[in-house]
Parts: sequence; C-alpha cells; structure tokens
Amino acid sequence: MSAVGALEMSFSKLQKGMHARITSVGSTSSEMDRLQEMGLTVGTTFRVIKVAPFGDPVEIDLRGYRLCLRKNETKGFEVEPVE
Amino acid sequence: MSERTDGRYLIALVGNPNAGKTTLFNSLTGSHQKVGNYAGVTVEKVSGFLKLDLMTVECIDVPGQYSISAVSEDEMVAVGVIEGTLPDTRRPDLLVCVLDATNLERNLYFFSQLAEAGHSIVAAMTMVDRLEQSGNEIDLPKMSNLLGVEIVPMVGHKDKGLQELKDAIERNLESPRKPTFEIGFPDALETRMASLRERVARVGIDFTKADIRHALFNPDDPFNRFLDDFPEMKDAFSDARQQLGEEGLLKPAIEVQSRYQWASVVKRAVVRQVKTPKSERTLTDKIDLVLTHRVFGLGIFVVLMYLVFQSIYTFAQPIMNGITFCFDWLKGEISPHLAGVPVIQSLIVDGILSGVGGMLVFLPQILILFLFIAVLEGTGYLARAAFLMDRLFGWCGLNGRAFIPLLSSFACAIPGIMAARVMPDRNSRLATILIAPLMSCSARLPVYLLLIGAFIQPKYGALWAGFALFAMHLVGLFVAVPLVWFLNRKVIKGKRLPFLLELPPYQWPKWRDVWIAMYFRGKIFVQTAGTIIVFMSILIWGLSYFPRLSQEDRTAVSSTYKVSHPEATKQDLKKQMDQAQLANSVLGRFGKAIEPAFIPAGFDWRITTSILSAFPARETVVPSLGIIFSLGGDVDEHSSDLPKALNEATWPNGKPLFTPWTAIGLMVFFALCAQCMATLATVKRETNSWKWPLFMFTYMTTLAYLGAVLVQQIGHLFGS
Repeated sequence: MSAVGALEMSFSKLQKGMHARITSVGSTSSEMDRLQEMGLTVGTTFRVIKVAPFGDPVEIDLRGYRLCLRKNETKGFEVEPVE
Repeated sequence: MSERTDGRYLIALVGNPNAGKTTLFNSLTGSHQKVGNYAGVTVEKVSGFLKLDLMTVECIDVPGQYSISAVSEDEMVAVGVIEGTLPDTRRPDLLVCVLDATNLERNLYFFSQLAEAGHSIVAAMTMVDRLEQSGNEIDLPKMSNLLGVEIVPMVGHKDKGLQELKDAIERNLESPRKPTFEIGFPDALETRMASLRERVARVGIDFTKADIRHALFNPDDPFNRFLDDFPEMKDAFSDARQQLGEEGLLKPAIEVQSRYQWASVVKRAVVRQVKTPKSERTLTDKIDLVLTHRVFGLGIFVVLMYLVFQSIYTFAQPIMNGITFCFDWLKGEISPHLAGVPVIQSLIVDGILSGVGGMLVFLPQILILFLFIAVLEGTGYLARAAFLMDRLFGWCGLNGRAFIPLLSSFACAIPGIMAARVMPDRNSRLATILIAPLMSCSARLPVYLLLIGAFIQPKYGALWAGFALFAMHLVGLFVAVPLVWFLNRKVIKGKRLPFLLELPPYQWPKWRDVWIAMYFRGKIFVQTAGTIIVFMSILIWGLSYFPRLSQEDRTAVSSTYKVSHPEATKQDLKKQMDQAQLANSVLGRFGKAIEPAFIPAGFDWRITTSILSAFPARETVVPSLGIIFSLGGDVDEHSSDLPKALNEATWPNGKPLFTPWTAIGLMVFFALCAQCMATLATVKRETNSWKWPLFMFTYMTTLAYLGAVLVQQIGHLFGS
C-alpha cells in the first residue's frame, strides 16, 4: 500500500499532544460522511488536545478549530503520526 | 417589490452551531419572538420580528447545522426552512449566514453549500474580536469580494455591528446579491462537467455547473428528470458517471474535499497572523487544565451539579409552598361564596383552582433549572460537563449531555424533560425524555415515607427503613439503563450521526440570552403543557365527582354508619360520605372494575382507586388514601391515623390488606408508573406528538404492574 504504511495506526491509539494526518477514510456511512463534512478529510492534519477523564471522548485541533470525538466513532480513519 | 400579501419579507438566520447565532438572534429581535413547533416534528420553531428603518421583517432562527446534507430530524427541518419546503413555510427572501471568524474553514464549508443552492446571502461575521486577540487580522473587504456578498463584523457583547447588519439586510432585501465564486474540483471532474454542460446547453437547457454536478453525483436527483426527454443526454450522463466512478471521483468525499480546499484558500487569502500570541496556551486552555482534570475537574463537576440539584430540590421549595399557600388562600376565599351550588364550588375549587395551582407550582423549578442551564451554557461549562460525562452515558446510547436532564429529574421530571433540549440530536433527546420520569422525583417521596413509616419501620427498624427509602430511589435508575439500551435499538429509529461536541472558549454569560431563555421556557410550559394539565385536572375531578350519590343512598350510608358507630360526630359522618361518594364515582367504579387484575399485586379496589385519582399529581395519592379509608382528604404522610388505618385494613375475608410485601410492591409501582399527567403533558409539548406520551404511559404502567406483581409473588414465596 502506501509508503508510510508501517506508521499507519488507528485514531484511538493517539496520545495527548500528538500530531497526526488522516491517511484514509474507510467505509462510507452517515457517521463517516458527517465527520468528513466536519473537515476530517484525507490529508488533514490535527493535534490531540485532551482526552476526557474516563478515556473518551478526545478533543482534537483541526483546521483552526476544536472538536471532540468518540474513539469508537473514528474507527473508519487511518492516521499517521507527524512531527 | 415584494409580492407577499402581508407586505413583509422573510429572512432566515442560519449558521453552524456555536457560531453565536442565538445571541445574534436575541440582539436582532429582543423579546419580539415566538416559539412554537414545526408540524409533526420535535423541532422548535423560533421566529421573531426585526425592525429595520423602513420596514419590519420576519426572521426565523434556523437550528444550527454543519451541512445542508440533512441526516437528523433537526437538520431536515433546518433545510426545509431554508428551502421553504416545509408545510406552512416559504423560501426566505434572504439568508443571514453567521460566520465564526475563529472557525472560518468549517463555517465557509456550510456557506458554500448555501451559496450553491442559489440563495441571496448577507454574512454576519462573529468572534472577530477573539480572532484579533489571538494575533490575527482579517481582511473583510477582500473576503467580501471573494465571496460576492456583504460581510458585517459583529461584537456580540456590545451589539456592535448590529445597526450595520440591519442596514445591510435592508439593502440586500431591496437589491439581493447572490454569492459569486466557484469551487474548483479535480481536473478530470471539471472537464467532464464542462463538456456535459455544453451538451445540455446545445439542446437549450441552462444548467449551472452545480446542477450538472448534482445530477452526476445523485442519479435520483430531480434534475435528472429533465433529461428523460433527451435519451442521448441521459446516456452521456451515465457514461460520465461510470468513467468517473472508475477514477474514484464520484464519491461524496471528493465534493467535501474540494469545498474544504476552497475554504482553506479563502482563509489563507484573508486571515493574516500579525503577531505571535504570547503563549501557546489560551486562558481557556488554562482553565480547562483544572475543569477537565480527572480529579479536580470531576470534583468541581460534582460540587456544581450538587448545587444545581439542591437549587431545584430544596431552594425552590419555599417558592412552591408560597404558590400552594396562595391558591389555598384563594380557595378558602372563594369557596364560601359558592356553597349554594356544590357542583360549581367543587368544580372551581377542586377542579380548576387545584389544576392551575398544581401546574404553576412547577414554574419555580423550571425557571431555576433554566437559569442554571443558560448560565452554564453561556459560560461554556455545559459542554465541559458533557465532555466529562460522555463515557458514562455513551455505552447505553445516551450522551454526556443527558446528565443534567436526568439529574434534574430526581427533583422533578418536568424541568428534566424540558432540559433535554440541551441535546441537539433528536434521537438522544427522545431517549432521555423517555427515561427521565423513571428517576425518582420528589413527588414520590410522600408515598415512600407513608408506606415505609407504616409497614417497614415499625417491624424492621430504622436501618431497614433507611435502606428501603434508598433502594426506592434506585429502582427506576436500574430499570432505566437496560431500557434505554433497548429503546435506542428497537424503538427510536433514524440514521446515526457521530457524537460531536465543541468546547467553546470560556466567557461571561450574556444576561439577555439567560433571561430570554428563562422567560420563553416558563411561557411555553404555562401555555402549552399548562393548558393540558388544567384540562386533565378538570377531567379527573369530573370522574371522581360524578355520578353523585342519590338522597336514598346518602341516607342509607349515614344510618348504617350511625348504627355501627353510635358516638359518630358530624365530621366522621362527612368523611364517611366522602368515602362513599368516591367509591360511587366513575373513578371508584373503574378502580373496582380493575381490582381483579391487581389481585396478583395484592392491591384491592381502594388502592387502585387511590392510584387512579393520583393521576393529576403523584403525591395526591396520600390524601386520596385518606378519603378512601374514611379519614378525609386532609391527611399527609406524617399523620398517625393513616398508617393505623392502612394497618387495620382487611380484605373481605378478614386477611390484612397490607403485608410489608404489598407495601414494597406499591412503592415499586409508584417508582415505575407514569401517574403524573404534568409529565405526560410536558412530553407531549416537547415531542410535539401524543404518540410518545402514550408510549411512555403504556411502558411505565406495564413495568409498574409487573414490578408490583413480582414483589407480591416473591412475598408469597417467603410465606406472607
């Protein structure tokens, strides 16, 4: 697959403070469509701001704004960490 | 000129959630608002009148939305308003689109969709001050050129920009401007679209680029029907569709990506960083370090929620007592004047005044709760509360925003159900509403105290009594968890959307928004739910009042009683008569008729009739028991003669009516049943349908019945 395939990981593995880029968006569902409409498109980079005390949801910074997402609703994304 | 018969223009205020739309709407219309429902849906219709220099126009506050590809009910309503396709709506003459300067790309995404749908738009740019605070500058004239619409900067706190916005609205109503920009799509797609557009133009149909793209992407799109008359054109479209599909360009994702690409180009062209902010961390970040901290954050959350709960549970009590006192005084004043006509006296005192008083008594809790919600929402804390709690609620199909409605329901389900409005998503709102009345409200407390005091405490001591009271508060909660899991899978239908939450920057609440929220919540409750409550209370009064005993029956009752109780006072006789009257009423007869069904639960007709007559309000079961056990309606849970009467009550065969198990069964029944018409009336108003209150009544009554039977039968196993 892609050259950086080895680095690909799922969204839920990301830690607070990490930067990442979306490398692929999986199966289409109304949920995934909406997340893309929120700006989570392929190639978008974001930073993990914080994780809620009970482990979910996760707040990220993307396209100059912040959004909280549930880990299990981001299963369709493949991401790669960036510096 | 407008062709509207009323001579008025219609404008709609649209924008992303959290972009400052409600604040702007309140600034524009003040208290000249009306709140209703769109036909057939749970979504509230908020509209108002906006006074311009030369005219007054109607303005609809469209629910906040991220996209015009509507998935949820709220979004479909929003799109219906914008397109004027809902029943009794028309297409607005102008859209006022709120754009959040600090979140330009996502706001422009939505803007680009509106523009493409062919609307005239004026943009109101909010949060410009915040953007500047972070060291950025925005070039609005340039942006206005790029988009082709007027852009007015707003500062919400001081109503700065309000007059300019009104002027712009007036100008644009008279000479509308449509946005002028084009979104670039991948080259292969652009080429295809251009050639199709040319072919379509050759047969004399003028499709825009957007029309062509819609027709390509959605084979079901109405535009495709135009092509039915041109078979060769139809083939061209399906060829293009196939080709593009193979190249992977026919996915919705392509459209989304292209729009965002455009939005980010616009943003880079107009926003310029002029100085680097002193620190990476904003003030909001610093506050969040504490407020979303796993120890301090949760601690502060618990303290705040305790304050909210105490305010509606305890602090509202004196005001509620005051309302009850006023109505009791009024009844006392009016009653003697009507003594000549007992029917009218009872109708006015026991039916109408009790109904109105019993409805108004909910207002303090509603207003206090909405004061808290509006302040917490205005400061940005409400979103943090949802952030902290989401994990605990998410697994059973609710979300973190359900916390406050459910917590409030432990004081009273009515403000709790109304508070479910903090959830923008219809499905979670409905799920929360449906389980809210299972939380043990304060009106159940008198029932628990009476029965525990009569049957648990004397036999088993204070420890078990305390435990029973505690357990009763948990019964509903334990039932609610599996229930909501089931409801979300089987009952509440609809496409799923991801849970999206934004933690807005902290700010001081805008007091005008707070007062307007409180005022309209109170008004809506009194006008809509209140009307139903008063009507139902008169109905229940009629059912418990008619038919009256005949003169012969009355004589028979009193002479029988005098024989067995020679020393009976006039008051004893009256209590006896009240009992006979209630037993003879429609309600009493119905209570007797359903007695066989309740034998497995150990309830006789006296208990069933008391339950039925408690429909206007749960706590009235105590005075009802008082009447039916011939003690009069003035008893409360602390009187000593009611527990005595309950203990002495027997079945016709002489066996005691109440065992401790029957008492527990009756408490479980009350914990689970929907014997509260105010709750059902509120659900009717909030869901805008009788379907959901009926569903609620049915499921809760079934659960309550099964619960009571189960307890009684377990009791039998233990030999009592």
